[in-house]
Amino acid sequence: MDKLKLIEATQLKSDRPAFNPGDTINVHVRVVEGDKERIQQFQGVVMAKRGSGVNSTFTVRKVSDGVGVERIFPLHSPRIAKIERVKEGSVRRAKLYYLRKLASKQVTQKTGA
Amino acid sequence: MSGMLGKKIGMTSIFDESGQMIPCTIIEAGPCYVTQVKTKERDGYDAVQLGFDEIKERLVNKPAKGHFSKTGVKPLRLIREFRDTNGLTLEPGSEVKVDLFHQGDFVDVTGTSKGRGFQGVVKRHHFGGVGMTTHGQSDRVRAPGSIGSSSYPSRVFKGMRMGGRMGHENVTIKNLKVLKVILESNILIVKGSVPGAINSYVEIVKQH
Repeated sequence: MDKLKLIEATQLKSDRPAFNPGDTINVHVRVVEGDKERIQQFQGVVMAKRGSGVNSTFTVRKVSDGVGVERIFPLHSPRIAKIERVKEGSVRRAKLYYLRKLASKQVTQKTGA
Repeated sequence: MSGMLGKKIGMTSIFDESGQMIPCTIIEAGPCYVTQVKTKERDGYDAVQLGFDEIKERLVNKPAKGHFSKTGVKPLRLIREFRDTNGLTLEPGSEVKVDLFHQGDFVDVTGTSKGRGFQGVVKRHHFGGVGMTTHGQSDRVRAPGSIGSSSYPSRVFKGMRMGGRMGHENVTIKNLKVLKVILESNILIVKGSVPGAINSYVEIVKQH
């Protein structure tokens, strides 16, 4: 198992900040268009974190023009340039799937902002 | 050499240059040692016998000890023959390392699949089962159904797919892409999965 961990270690990014479900974060995503690369930001509430090592992912939800948008990012993906922790939340659950059913006002109440 | 022996370490994911996450299997490949070289004149066919995984000398019986001492290699657990040597002449006792493969190569990996024990037809042969739990058949949801006609032929045809022992058989996965070769730690990373459990032995053969 040690050899597996050594291979995984080369893939891990050490600059990822600590954040928890309920936090509001801003994910800077590298987008490649043709041969140009730009940064796209995706800001929203962390709904879930799962997995361990390279395979860990997190789900961010935001409401854009009245439409809920969820994106799942691999935590150690090289496509993520930066993760900013915008706001700390206080929630009592690890998976916040119930946010999907709430109005946006309730979401801010629930995540303790 | 066309191939070598290895041990499955486990599966993980790695990111490629474009940031895509790729599922991969990590194999500890080699170092293998040539324990015997068979020739057409003496043995009737050309082949190279490779050994892998060093073991303690006390675990080896006398005939095997003699076989290893002939070429001067340490006692090895696994011995396999490779017919295709790629036109290379290998000396008995020489080492075969992972640098046999390069990034981007395609390899075939052979191993013994995980044993599943006695399994029914739904799992073993992908039968659909009955599919209904009402109309008086709640007790045969995963049953095979009819296995043949009645008075003619009055028997069940050979090869009829039924329940039985599943797994623990030789399985080859073809065309796995080599993602990375790490020579210092004898590690080979291939895309996708490989037959067998963790720590089981595999044969890796290069495609031409």
